[in-house]
Amino acid sequence: MTYLPKPKLHHPELPKNDLGYTRRDYEGSISTLCAGCGHDSISAAIIHACYELSLPPHRIAKLSGIGCSSKTPTYFLGASHGFNSVHGRMPSVLTGAAAANRDLIYLGVSGDGDSASIGLGQFAHAMRRGVNMTYIVENNGVYGLTKGQFSATADRGAKNKKGATNQDAPIDLISMAMLMGASFVGRSFSGDKPQLVPLLKAALAHKGPAFIDVISPCVTFNNHEGSTKSYDYVREHNEAVNFLDVIMSRQEITVDYAPGTVEVVRQHDGSLIKLRKKADEYDVHDKIAAMEYVQKHQAHGEIVTGLLYVDTDSQDMHDHLGTCSTPLNALEGETLVPGSAALAKLNASLR
Amino acid sequence: MQSTDIRNPDYFHKVVDCQYACPAHTPVPAYIREIAAGRYADAYMINWRSNLFPGILGRVCDRPCEPACRRGRVEDEPVAICRLKRVAADNKGDVLELMPDPAPLNGKRIACVGAGPASLAVARDLAMAGYTVVVFDGNAEAGGFVRQQIPKFRLPNEVIDEEVSYITRLGVEIRTNTYIQSMRTLLDEGFDAVFVGSGAPRGRDLDAPGRWEAAANIHIGIDWLASVSFGHTKSVGRRVIVLGGGNTAMDCCRSARRLGGEDVKVIVRSGYEEMKASPWEKEDAIKEDIPILNFRVPKSVVHEDGKLVGMNFEIVRAEYDDKGRRSLIPTGEPDEFHAADDVIVAIGQENAFPWIEPDCGIAFDRWGLPRLNPDTLQSTLPQVFFGGDAAFGPKNVIWAVAHGHQAAISIDKFCQGEDVTERPPQGMTLVSQKMGIHEWSYDNAVSIDLRFKVPHAEKDVVLRDIYAEVELGYDREMAFKEAQRCLNCDVETVFTPKLCIECDACVDICPVDCLTFTPDAQSEAELRTHLNAPSHNLEQALYVASGLKTGNVMVKDEDVCLHCGLCAERCPTGAWDMQRFLLDQPQVVDIKKKCQGVPA
Repeated sequence: MTYLPKPKLHHPELPKNDLGYTRRDYEGSISTLCAGCGHDSISAAIIHACYELSLPPHRIAKLSGIGCSSKTPTYFLGASHGFNSVHGRMPSVLTGAAAANRDLIYLGVSGDGDSASIGLGQFAHAMRRGVNMTYIVENNGVYGLTKGQFSATADRGAKNKKGATNQDAPIDLISMAMLMGASFVGRSFSGDKPQLVPLLKAALAHKGPAFIDVISPCVTFNNHEGSTKSYDYVREHNEAVNFLDVIMSRQEITVDYAPGTVEVVRQHDGSLIKLRKKADEYDVHDKIAAMEYVQKHQAHGEIVTGLLYVDTDSQDMHDHLGTCSTPLNALEGETLVPGSAALAKLNASLR
Repeated sequence: MQSTDIRNPDYFHKVVDCQYACPAHTPVPAYIREIAAGRYADAYMINWRSNLFPGILGRVCDRPCEPACRRGRVEDEPVAICRLKRVAADNKGDVLELMPDPAPLNGKRIACVGAGPASLAVARDLAMAGYTVVVFDGNAEAGGFVRQQIPKFRLPNEVIDEEVSYITRLGVEIRTNTYIQSMRTLLDEGFDAVFVGSGAPRGRDLDAPGRWEAAANIHIGIDWLASVSFGHTKSVGRRVIVLGGGNTAMDCCRSARRLGGEDVKVIVRSGYEEMKASPWEKEDAIKEDIPILNFRVPKSVVHEDGKLVGMNFEIVRAEYDDKGRRSLIPTGEPDEFHAADDVIVAIGQENAFPWIEPDCGIAFDRWGLPRLNPDTLQSTLPQVFFGGDAAFGPKNVIWAVAHGHQAAISIDKFCQGEDVTERPPQGMTLVSQKMGIHEWSYDNAVSIDLRFKVPHAEKDVVLRDIYAEVELGYDREMAFKEAQRCLNCDVETVFTPKLCIECDACVDICPVDCLTFTPDAQSEAELRTHLNAPSHNLEQALYVASGLKTGNVMVKDEDVCLHCGLCAERCPTGAWDMQRFLLDQPQVVDIKKKCQGVPA
């Protein structure tokens, strides 16, 4: 937490993206989270990703619930739309917004409390409905705002700051997201921007529900010995299955890796994900194998990170429902409210 | 890569760009903070300890600190360091109580030749240590160049009088109207050591046909300025040509405007940009309706029976060879004639030591400069030392002061029978500035104000009166705002690797992207390519620290760090701290310790 606004002065050679914005233009207000909070690094990674993708800030909507993680949208993308919803209800609000205006880029920002406890049902349904969004869980395993009780994602056997052991089974959001129909699933670590930023870029370019679980140490309540979400523990047990480079469709494509070590995945918008494989046998297109792989390694105490699953033929909610291609706010009044004659005709067709 | 040794005083000293660039290493940010706090007397004393002449330098310094200022690398212009110094001098009130007293006399006698800044610096430092110092000067008043050549509208007499008085009150005797005619005679007077600070007293002359025929109206710049200063010259012709492109030329033309010159122009061989005059002096001249005509080489002086009529100039252009050497090539255009009633020649100064006998043991090189050890300033005659313009040719006031400090150390060692070449080491202290979670003992918010302009007096007022000071100086409110532009580069980011958990909080918050955690590299050049921001300023150091758990190194590019302390505020483990760097500069007597009640 700091009271001093970040100085406006920046590096004299700070580069600009295709829109003429610098990275600093994607920042928000100064963070009021604890110094060293993993969430601030995730905010920085989102800033990097949106800057590098040259996303127009006014075309992004960031939605969140309640919790330390859900405070963070204030700290990035200061020029974007924001909605801070009721605890655990961000997925519904996001679904409604996406239904009304399909042209915006939706960024759902949530935490392990917001998504795995009070909002678990909302989380599951947003995934299975196929809402076109990037859903980020900033996962620290504790309720930070209420002083560090175990959350639903805390591993069984993990110790809290006072030394008490967690006896409950953890909710694995990665496996749940895959099970519920997310078409892009990844996991990363707040302390690893080289992995996290490309993963975010790929997710933002993805059509359909993209879910990223980001392990984000709570420096105040969950960064001690015995914690399974501390900086040291995550670094020691991080098992990355791949590293990504995201190449936008307008960029020149060069693949310069040894054959067999790189796989190129094309997404809907024409962008390419260049996967540098770490685990040879891992197939990002095989959902069932991915779920097995994640759970097998989890049982050994390993944290599997990287792009875990992607469906390049995914559909989204609008495809399922056959909605019109124009956002509702761009439709003329007559189209939106066709009048009583049209209603009568519709009713008659259903009799 | 080797981790950076931050215990070497040179490392952080170099980060304080202004202090490092100042020949006298004045702790600039320290006194700027005092000005911001309204403690002008303390700001004055911090200056006085290292440069002796805050009032004089606050008006006429060449300001090597300003081009070096880090602020100039993150926005358009550096902090107005020089003019803030003047604020300290203007507002200090009575500082006599803060002035230290000299040590008891030690019986050693030192002679200084010339009462300019170099000699006065030697005199101050040695008098503080108990030496009896006698300063000789051929003029009626002490001050040397700053008294004779700098016009009063830039530097009033009272400022010089006051700052000389702080030296004479230490018991230094200044014998004015006493021109030393013979080094041998002086040596025979039994002084324990002699310091020569007699400046570069000879103005270079014009070599052009007609020069001597029209001699009555052709003046040597520095002599003419001295004559104006002492009131001997009170007028000049209506049309005046000033030859030369240095600060002396600017002083000549502006003085001429005040003595009756209506059509005054500066004509210079080089291009406008390459002129030696400081940019602000050129601007001030232009503001007083003085055109500067460049790329014109004097060809001949035109006269009618010895009466000056004007001058002819050849028009040239600059060409540079592979090695960047310039030659001036005639363009072939017809020569240009400029009418004039007076010509002032300000094309350079030279050293002259007609009073030093060739056989008295002091060797000179082929340019007429004394053979010196550049560190000790000792001549080939062991008891004779040189400094200021007399040592290495014309430089400036602040260099003269810096020489004075070094010469005083040498003279002290010489008189105590110590090895003069063994220089006392520099020391340093680093002190944490942390007062609370978000509180530092310095104001770490970064102002985004642009540089404030110093108010000037009305032009028609100053052009009527050669004694009317042109610059009015900042008022206190403007001084505060300008002081807030200082980035406090002496408050250093100090990193303790074993506390770091690599959470990236510092990297994310840094407004200028100067921090990077990266795998180690073989060389600095390679490391510079791995940083989060372009790292092209090779003159600025990289601060490298190893010893992190992950095996990475922390690399900080010092180039554009704002010293805002956000890295330290954001650090959850205290691996970053903001610590004030204080350079301990060796002096004959540590005046810092003698100045009771003045902050370090």
